[in-house]
Amino acid sequence: MNSIASRFASTSASAAISRDEEENQVAASMWGSTGGFGNLGQVGIPSFEIPRVPDPTNFLRMHTDDRNDPSCRIKIQHGTTTLAFRFQGGIIVAVDSRATAGSYIASGTVKKVIEINKYLLGTMAGGAADCQYWETYLGIQCRLHELRNRERISVAAASKYLSNLVYGYKGMGLSMGTMIAGWDKTGPALFYVDSDGQRLKGDLFSVGSGSTFAYGVLDAGYRWDLSEEEAQELGRRAIYAAGHRDAFSGNTVNLYHVKEDGWKFIGNYDVTTLHYEGPGNVPGAVPGGYGYDVRTEGLHSRGAATVA
Amino acid sequence: MECSFGLVGKGYTLIASDTNSARSIVKMKNDEDKIKVLTPHLCMAYSGEAGDTVQFAEYVERNLRLHQIRHYTELRPPSSAAWIRRVLADSLRSRKPYQVNLLLGGYDTSDDTPHLYWIDYLGTMAKVPFAAHGYGAYFALSTLDRYHDPTADLEQGLETLKRCIEEVQKRLIVGLPKWNVKIIDQDGVRELEI
Repeated sequence: MNSIASRFASTSASAAISRDEEENQVAASMWGSTGGFGNLGQVGIPSFEIPRVPDPTNFLRMHTDDRNDPSCRIKIQHGTTTLAFRFQGGIIVAVDSRATAGSYIASGTVKKVIEINKYLLGTMAGGAADCQYWETYLGIQCRLHELRNRERISVAAASKYLSNLVYGYKGMGLSMGTMIAGWDKTGPALFYVDSDGQRLKGDLFSVGSGSTFAYGVLDAGYRWDLSEEEAQELGRRAIYAAGHRDAFSGNTVNLYHVKEDGWKFIGNYDVTTLHYEGPGNVPGAVPGGYGYDVRTEGLHSRGAATVA
Repeated sequence: MECSFGLVGKGYTLIASDTNSARSIVKMKNDEDKIKVLTPHLCMAYSGEAGDTVQFAEYVERNLRLHQIRHYTELRPPSSAAWIRRVLADSLRSRKPYQVNLLLGGYDTSDDTPHLYWIDYLGTMAKVPFAAHGYGAYFALSTLDRYHDPTADLEQGLETLKRCIEEVQKRLIVGLPKWNVKIIDQDGVRELEI
């Protein structure tokens, strides 16, 4: 009985040793491949392929920096608006869906919320590939943490794992501005993590080229005791505002709500439709379009001032 | 536009730092604590490159904690300052230096002396009676030259510190509304309201 138990106990020392032996014995061919798996599954430190030039960082910048050189060959996705805020009823996460490469709209249907697991969401701003890859990688590590410790990872730990990871690549060209939102045993938690290595805990963040426009609506309408419907409407309106004013944001809004039993996808809303007609029959929304010209149609300021 | 001040008075050291956390033109947070408590009688205000600051502060914090565990005693402020300076100097000569500026405030319980060290990312260290980092230095150093008193009690010390903060809030174009103030004396580290 004891021997069976120790075979399944992850903390047993003998199990750890035998796992190491196993890794050494298993050749690539045993996994059904004769070509091997590159450096996957090898024992030791994994390494990256880097360009054979004296300064790889400079090399990457030379070919991807479209701000200084519009004719560069590789353009990295930059424009975005994402936001997340904590309130009485959980966390609202809202993002736009436009991907731009220079002045070209590469896609209008990008998923900028990365579903790390049932309780964790990550947002995407900056390099699309960097965010997608490293947040998916974070999801793997979070699952491993769960299996090793028989407990879900806290949002603080998950975000710190990501910030330590990107800090290791600081100055090498990573570009990410992300928010990690989720619910753990301390309740709802929200962190901002970027590729500088900065990690901030907070109640309200917006990231991306349209963030200033989103903040303008968000800060004015934010209260801790917002109802769930009001909060969802605020998230929608803030992303709409950025989609309307920022050339590098727009197309559609994706809205998520994080609660105690995990996150929930609320909906996808077209920015143009929001402008002219509003979100339709959703709880918390006032009938009518969000657009200034729609909202103020037929109104004018002519005439003598009225005394209040 | 980060800004921090420090000054020494009779039996205490005061350290103050703004609480803003900015990225580009956006203020991301306005209640960030940028003063780390390193040992029971040592504090460090840090500013500089995003990411580097917190990583460096936590590195120092853990190493000084390790010293305490190994030797059953905290490292005294002059030795701590020398070690921190050395880490920065070594870092400066590495591929990717930490770009962090520090004010180190401590109280030496073995000879009852308050200490204040001004340290920058180049590994310059100076033991000083008062200090400032950031644009605040351009405004407040003259104020401190005029009003600092090494024998001042806590009330007078705080008065001088307030003068500096008010000067920065009056003349610097960027508003720094909230400040975090810590005192280090024989009883250890406490946070103060100003």
